[in-house]
Amino acid sequence: MATQIDDQRIIEFDVRTDEMLVNMGPQHPSTHGVLRLVLRTDGEIVSEVTPHLGYLHRCAEKIGENLTPRQWIPYTDRMDYLAGMNMNLGWALCVEKLLQHDLSEKAKHLRVIICEMGRIASHLVGMGAYGLDLGTFSPFLYAFRERERILDLFEEVCGARLTYSYITPGGATADLPKGWLQKCEQFLDQFEPIIAEYHALLTTNAIFIKRTCDIGVLSPEMAIDFGCTGPVLRGSGVDYDLRRDGEERYTEMYDGYAFEVICQKDGHYPKDHQYPAVPNDAVLGDCWHRFYVRMLEVIQSMDLVRQAMDRYSVASGDWGVPIKLATKLPAGDVYLETEAPRGQMGFYLVSNGGNIPWRVRARSSSFCNLSVCPEICKGVPIADIPAIVGSLDIVMGEIDR
Amino acid sequence: MAGGDGLLGKLKSKFGDQIVGANLEAIDPWIEISPDALVEVGRFVRDDASLKLEMLNCITAVDWLEVDPKKAAKAGFEPHLEMVYHLSSISKRHTLVLKFKLPRWKDGVEGEAPECPSVSSIWSTADWHERETYDLSGVIFTGHPNLRRILCPEDWVGYPLRKDYQMPLEYHGIRGR
Repeated sequence: MATQIDDQRIIEFDVRTDEMLVNMGPQHPSTHGVLRLVLRTDGEIVSEVTPHLGYLHRCAEKIGENLTPRQWIPYTDRMDYLAGMNMNLGWALCVEKLLQHDLSEKAKHLRVIICEMGRIASHLVGMGAYGLDLGTFSPFLYAFRERERILDLFEEVCGARLTYSYITPGGATADLPKGWLQKCEQFLDQFEPIIAEYHALLTTNAIFIKRTCDIGVLSPEMAIDFGCTGPVLRGSGVDYDLRRDGEERYTEMYDGYAFEVICQKDGHYPKDHQYPAVPNDAVLGDCWHRFYVRMLEVIQSMDLVRQAMDRYSVASGDWGVPIKLATKLPAGDVYLETEAPRGQMGFYLVSNGGNIPWRVRARSSSFCNLSVCPEICKGVPIADIPAIVGSLDIVMGEIDR
Repeated sequence: MAGGDGLLGKLKSKFGDQIVGANLEAIDPWIEISPDALVEVGRFVRDDASLKLEMLNCITAVDWLEVDPKKAAKAGFEPHLEMVYHLSSISKRHTLVLKFKLPRWKDGVEGEAPECPSVSSIWSTADWHERETYDLSGVIFTGHPNLRRILCPEDWVGYPLRKDYQMPLEYHGIRGR
């Protein structure tokens, strides 16, 4: 039976054909990782989507039961490999919460600088890869041009370009090198005008708008029900960001920072910068809004990095000394979520008093974000599937862990 | 914690003996319930106007088993599985942790996974999280619409996050250990 669809532009509306099972993947249509979607199609219309995961499963949680918290840091890098710094932070804060270990002002500002830069780098891939999903190659190259420069900066800080292991329980492995802040400042100054190019390439591009507006609409209730977080949740107009609403241990890093949660409130987005206008066709919660929230977060992160650099240069204390490997973890359990670029990344740590955790658990944001895909992909043409899945901006390394 | 100290009294007056215990002094205060009451308690804390815990963040199963027989005597716990549910509210900005204990194996028969009621009808997040818990920790969620393995292949044997799990010798011709 043909799937009922209201969109009259879809001419196959009542053409009855045989149902067919189509495999999309296991290699992903673009660069998010390895995902296999089984589509039940009727002509061009998809009636059911079944995601199959696990191709990148590396038993990270089991490994965590055999390593001290600091030794597990490199494994968190390999979860969301596009935002390693933010993953490090989530685990580091979780361990510090159990140890009740407090950091100096300087260490906190350092973490804000690094994590917000990580967020920019991650959203740049998100943006470029989304262009790939929709069939345009050039935004990807533009995005990587800038991302490379952030990676160069990170390389100077910790020696690695992808799997940093820089932020560790207790602080960070080293202080920022001399002159790094100036380079970072320089980068931000050059980067700021470039964002207009991205908007011209994608956000306000007529074809892009046609491909993303009113596609894959996710209502706020459904987003919360499925545990969607991050830009996916805020793209549906829910005013929630852990940097403001999270636990004190996390929000105190951002104490006194000026920033507004990026989401559409009372029909408009924050007006602190010149942002492109929302197209008339866009519906709150569609692919375009999710993409737009990410683009605006890039600008917001730049603001945050600038504020953090000012504070960092006058802050007292040291950058934080990593905890010793033999540090005994007090018996008990703690759970902490941070706002990673793709959503709320949670770590749960259970200890029985030794220096190795009894159980570790990583609550993945992309995992929950992807779980909504069978719901919002019902009754759409096949060509919209990459548009919808891409707009969720998943990273399979984090989903499969 | 959601609802402050009053929450425990509120739940106790509503569910009586089903609220087994609590630790409000812990870093993350938690409330222990009876597994049978999970669905009712879940629905209550989601819908209650002062709690509104509409988001299920995480489901975890912790395997409490000391495999080293020398340490087992001093471990201080009987072997069991502990289920942990982390809930949070977006509108009220608070969190809640629910816990309960399950036997490691159903009726003490090794290999028979214990049963636990599914909350996927309350929070859709639970759908995949319960599949993951089933896959890796070996808990059967009764009432789950589609309880299949999610991360491991469907023909995988055993539950990797159990403490006594042994990696298979080989899987489809691939050496395991």
